[in-house]
Amino acid sequence: MPTMHASSSEVYTIDAQGLDTRHLNQAVRKSVNNGHREIELLNVTGQRYIAAGLQGDLQIDIHGTPGNDIGAFMDGPTIRVHGNAQDGCGNTMNSGEIVVHGDVGDITGLSARGGRIFVRGNAGYRTGVHMKEFQGSRPIIVIGGSAGDYLGEYMAGGVVLLLGLGLEGGVHQADFVGTGMHGGVIYLRGEVRGIGREVAILDTTEEDRRFIEGLLKDYTKHFNVGVKDVGEGSFKKLIPVSSRPYGTLYTY
Amino acid sequence: MKTPIGVKGRNNPYGDDKVIDACSIFGMMDQQGRSMAGRDVVEAMTNMNERTNGLGSGYAVYGLYPKHRDQYALHVMYDDRKALEWGSGFIDSEFKVIHDEEIPMDRSHCKADAPIMWRYFVDVNPDRLNGTGEEDFVVQRCFSINTSEKGAYVVSSGKDMGVFKGVGWPQEIADTFHLDEYRGYLWTAHGRFPTNTPGWWGGAHPFSLLDQSVVHNGEISSYGTNRRFLEMLGYQCTFQTDTEIFSLALDYLLRRRHLPVEVVANIFAPPLWKDIDAMPPQQRNLLRGLRMVYGGLLMNGPFSIIFARHGLMVGLTDRIKLRPLIAAKKKDVFFLASEESAIRCVQADLDRVWHPRGGEPVVASCGNIPASTNTVLVMSS
Amino acid sequence: MKSHLLPDYKVTIDRETCTVCRGCVIQCTFNVYSFNKEKNRIDIDANKCVDCQRCITFCPENSITVAPTPIQYKQNASWDRENIRNIVKQAEAGGILLTGMGCDKPDFTFFDRLLLNASQVTNPSIDPIREPMELRTYLGSKPSLVNLTSTGESWTDISLASPQLQVETPIIFSAMSFGSVNLNVQEALARTAVSSGTYFNVGEGGLNPRLNKYADHLVLQVASGRFGVHKKYLDAGAAIEIKIGQGAKPGIGGHLPGEKVTEEVSATRMIPKGTDAISPAPHHDIYSIEDLSQLISVIKEATDYSKPVIVKIAAVHNSAAIASGIVRAGADIIAIDGMRGSTGAAPQVIRDNVGIPIEMAIASVDSRLNQEGIRNRVSLIAGGGIRSSSDVVKAIALGADACYIATAALIAMGCTVCQKCYTGKCPWGITTMDPVISRRLNPDIAAKRVENLIRAWSLEIKEMLGGMGINSVESLRGNRHQLRGVGLTERELEILGIRMVGS
Repeated sequence: MPTMHASSSEVYTIDAQGLDTRHLNQAVRKSVNNGHREIELLNVTGQRYIAAGLQGDLQIDIHGTPGNDIGAFMDGPTIRVHGNAQDGCGNTMNSGEIVVHGDVGDITGLSARGGRIFVRGNAGYRTGVHMKEFQGSRPIIVIGGSAGDYLGEYMAGGVVLLLGLGLEGGVHQADFVGTGMHGGVIYLRGEVRGIGREVAILDTTEEDRRFIEGLLKDYTKHFNVGVKDVGEGSFKKLIPVSSRPYGTLYTY
Repeated sequence: MKTPIGVKGRNNPYGDDKVIDACSIFGMMDQQGRSMAGRDVVEAMTNMNERTNGLGSGYAVYGLYPKHRDQYALHVMYDDRKALEWGSGFIDSEFKVIHDEEIPMDRSHCKADAPIMWRYFVDVNPDRLNGTGEEDFVVQRCFSINTSEKGAYVVSSGKDMGVFKGVGWPQEIADTFHLDEYRGYLWTAHGRFPTNTPGWWGGAHPFSLLDQSVVHNGEISSYGTNRRFLEMLGYQCTFQTDTEIFSLALDYLLRRRHLPVEVVANIFAPPLWKDIDAMPPQQRNLLRGLRMVYGGLLMNGPFSIIFARHGLMVGLTDRIKLRPLIAAKKKDVFFLASEESAIRCVQADLDRVWHPRGGEPVVASCGNIPASTNTVLVMSS
Repeated sequence: MKSHLLPDYKVTIDRETCTVCRGCVIQCTFNVYSFNKEKNRIDIDANKCVDCQRCITFCPENSITVAPTPIQYKQNASWDRENIRNIVKQAEAGGILLTGMGCDKPDFTFFDRLLLNASQVTNPSIDPIREPMELRTYLGSKPSLVNLTSTGESWTDISLASPQLQVETPIIFSAMSFGSVNLNVQEALARTAVSSGTYFNVGEGGLNPRLNKYADHLVLQVASGRFGVHKKYLDAGAAIEIKIGQGAKPGIGGHLPGEKVTEEVSATRMIPKGTDAISPAPHHDIYSIEDLSQLISVIKEATDYSKPVIVKIAAVHNSAAIASGIVRAGADIIAIDGMRGSTGAAPQVIRDNVGIPIEMAIASVDSRLNQEGIRNRVSLIAGGGIRSSSDVVKAIALGADACYIATAALIAMGCTVCQKCYTGKCPWGITTMDPVISRRLNPDIAAKRVENLIRAWSLEIKEMLGGMGINSVESLRGNRHQLRGVGLTERELEILGIRMVGS
C-alpha cells in the first residue's frame, strides 16, 4: 500500500502521451507515494488499469479515452473520465467513485463489492454482472441512458439504476435482464425486452423512490445538468424472486 | 544390415536413446603461445590406453594453420567420392574457397572403413549474410552439411585450428594423420571407449563448432533435460551424444550469449542450494538466478571435460566429482588430464600438480592470444 | 414415490462382540445406525450407507462390516449397475446427478503404464540418504536473456524480471476453497505448507483471517466468482492464481448452496450469509485470449509486479495451443488440471466424460512450448490424479516443474474417497461446514499426517532420482529418456514422447 510522504493540494499533471500502460501507472503510483492527492492525466489513449488497486482519498481526472479496467480492485479514490470509458470499468472495485462523462463499454462494475459508478450516457453488455454486497457496502451503478443484454447477470447484491434518457419508444433493447440474479436490485424506467427467469418486475415503494431521488440528485451534480434533464416517469424494480433458484437442479 | 546414411544412422546404428562412452582426456597449452609438436600429446594418450578400447581417438590443435589464420578451416569427412563431390560443390557455392586439399592420411594405420578427409580454407562472402552474423552463417552451413544425409560431416570449422579424429587407438589415429608433422600452442585429445556402438569416425571426439572444441569423459544423466533445453533454443542434436550437448551448450552460452567462462562453469556444475543459500547476497542472487534460468543446462551425472578455444583452455568436472581431472603446470605449459601419469610421462618434473574441486573450473589462458570471452560485459535482457 | 433404488452396501454388526456402545450411531452422519431402546441393540438402515468407513474405524470392538451388497442388478455388460442406478435416481428426482472427488473410471490412467529408468554401469546411481539430493524448484517465468553485472573483477549480480515461488519439494497443495473444505482442513494444509517449504492454494473462497499468518505460503485464487477478492487479498498471498477451469469439471461454473454459506464462509467470501455463491462458467471479463492477458496484467498492476500469476486450466483437447496462448498472455506459471482431478461437487456426467488425462496434457503442452521456444518463459504445474511419489516423478519427467495434489492430502487426513463431499455431511470432518462435525478434524493431527506424507514422498522422489543418477530435480524436468511405456500404442508413445519398454 502506498505510504504518504507529504500532503499536497496541488493538482499533479501527467501527460500520458507516449507512455505505455505500465509506465503511466507507475507514474500515477509514484505521484501518490509522493503525497499528491489530486492527479490529472492528459492525452490518455487506451492505457489500461488506471488506478487499479489504488487506495485512499484520491482524485484522478482522466482526459482522453482510458483503456479497459479503470479502477479495478480500487478502494477509495474518485475517478472522473472526461470522455468515454471502455470495458471493465470498476472491475471488482471495493469502494470509491467512477464518474464517466460519456458512455462505457461492457461488464461495467463486474463483481464490484462497493463504490459508485455514474455514467452519463449508455452502457454496454453485462453491466453490473455478479455485483455483490457485503457488510453495509453496496455497489451502485447509475446509467443515464440504456444498457445491453444480460444487465445485472448473476447479481448478488448492489443497485443498478437505468434512467432511460433518450430511449427510443420507451423500450430498453436489453434481453435476459437479471438472468441468474440472486441478490440486489435493478431500477429502471421504461420497458425491457426480456428478463431472466429468476427475477420479477415490481412497483417501487416509497423507500425505493426516496433512494432513487437521492441518486438522481447526485447524477445532476456530477454531470452539471438540471433536474428536468434527468427525465420524468416512474421507475420499476427488478429483484430476484428466490435467493435459491437452483434448489431442484441437482440429484444427490 | 544395410549401411545407414546420415549422422544418426552412422553414429547410433542401434537407435539407442543416445550414444555413450567412457574415455581419457588430455589438454596441453603453452601460455606464451609457443608452438609445440604433437608427439608428447600422443604419448600421454597412449599412457591412458587402459581407459579406452581403440574404437575412437582424436585431437584438436590450435595455431595449426598460421598461413591461413584468417580463413575458416573446414575439416570435412566424406563417406565416398560422390559425397566429396556434393560437399565440395556445396562449400564452393556457399563460401569463397581460398584453398582446398585432401588431408594427407597414411591409411596403412587405420581401419578399413576410413573416410575421405578434405580441408577447405574459406572466407565468408558478406553478400551472402542477409543480416546473419558471420559465425552464425558458418554454423548454419555446418549444420546443413551434417543433416544433409549425403554422407558428408564437418569435423571442425574454426580459424587456425583443426580436429583430427577417427576409429582407432590414439597412436593409430596420430599416425594416420601424420600428427608429428603438425604444431600448435594448444592441444586437446581424447581416447574413447564407446559403450553401445562399434564406433564411427564422425562420433569420435573432439566435438567442435567454429574454434570451440570439447573432449569429454562420462555420461550425463540429465541428457534428456539438456537436449530438450537446447532444442527449445533451436539447436538440433544430430549426433545424440553427451559431448554434442556440451558442444552446443558452449556455443550458446559462450559464443552467442557471451557469458564468461566462470559463469558457464556455474551453469554446468552449480553449487548446491545449501551453499548458495549461505553466500553473501549478491553472489547468492547471481547463482540462484543462474540455476533458475539455466537449470536445463545443469549437467547432472558424471563428467569431466576439457574445453578449448583460441587463447583458452578450461577443465571442469561435475559438481560431485564423479569423473577425474588433474591439473598441472610446468613453467608456461598448462596441463589437464584424466590421470596424473599421463602428464608425468610428458613432463616428469612439474612445478605444480593439483586436483581441482568438483564443479570448479580450471582456466588456462594464453597471454599472447586475446581470449574473446574477457571482452563482453553487460547483457541486456 | 416408492424408490426403486437397491442399496449399495450390506452393513452387518457382529452381535456377539457388539457392546451397544452407540459409537456408530454418533459417528455416522448419514443416520445408518439408530439405537433401539426396546431391544437394546443397534438397528441398521443400509440404504443410507455411503461406505465412508467411519464407523468401522471407530468401532472399539471391530464389530462392523461394510461390504458391497450381494444384491445384484441383472448382469448386463452394457446396462451395468451404474447406468441403471443413475437412471433410477434421475427418474425419481429429475435433476443433474451430482458427485464428489475425481473420476473413478478405469482406463484413463497412463502413469501406471510408465516405467522409470535406473543407472547401471555407465553412469553411477547416487545414494540419496548420504549424498546431497536437491528437490528445490523455483516456479515463475525465466528470461531468455539474463542481465549480468560485473564489478570489473567478478560477476556479481543477475536481475530476473519476474518474481518466483521457491518450493523445497515439487509438491504443492492444490486449490481447496473454504466452503468446499472447512477451516480446520485449510489450516492444517497451510501449516504443512509452511513446515514443508511449499504452498497451499486456498481456492476461490477468499482468505479467512485465521490463515493470515501463513500468507507467505498461500496461493490465492481469482476465479470467476471473484469471492473475497479485494486489494488486501491480492497483496496477502505469495502468488495469485487465475482459475479458468478445473479438471473435474472443465467448462462449467460452481455453485455453493446458501446453506453452506455460514457466518464464517460469508465473511471470507464477502457475501451475505445464507445466499448462494455462484461461480459463473466463464470469467465475464475473459471471453478471449487477449482478455486473459488483460486480467493477468491488471492483477500485476494492482500488486506492482511483486508476485507470480498462475493461470489454471483444465486439461482439454487443445491444451497445448491454449497453453501457448497463456504464455504469450503473460502468465508466469500454468497449472494444468487433468480429468481425474477432484472436486467437492460436480455433475457426474461432466466429471467422467469431459477433459483429458494429465499425462497426455502435460506431455503435449511441454512439447509444444519447447517447440515454440517459450518453455522457459513459464513454469508448469501438473495436477489432477497425482496419487504417489512416482506419479510426481513421472509428471516431472514428462515436462512439469511441480505437481499439485489435493485428494492425496485429504486421504492423509482421513478421507476415504466416499465421494459424498457435496452433501455437507462428511463424517471425517473434512468437507462438512457443520461446526460440530468439523471438530472431528483436529488441525494439529491433520497437519502432522500430511507433513508425514510430504516427507515420505520427498524421500521416495530422492530415491528414484538417485537411482537415475540425478541429484537435482531440475535435471529430471522433461527428461523423457528416463521413461519407457508399457502397453501403449505407437501413437500414445509418440504423444508422450517416450519409447516402448525394451527399446
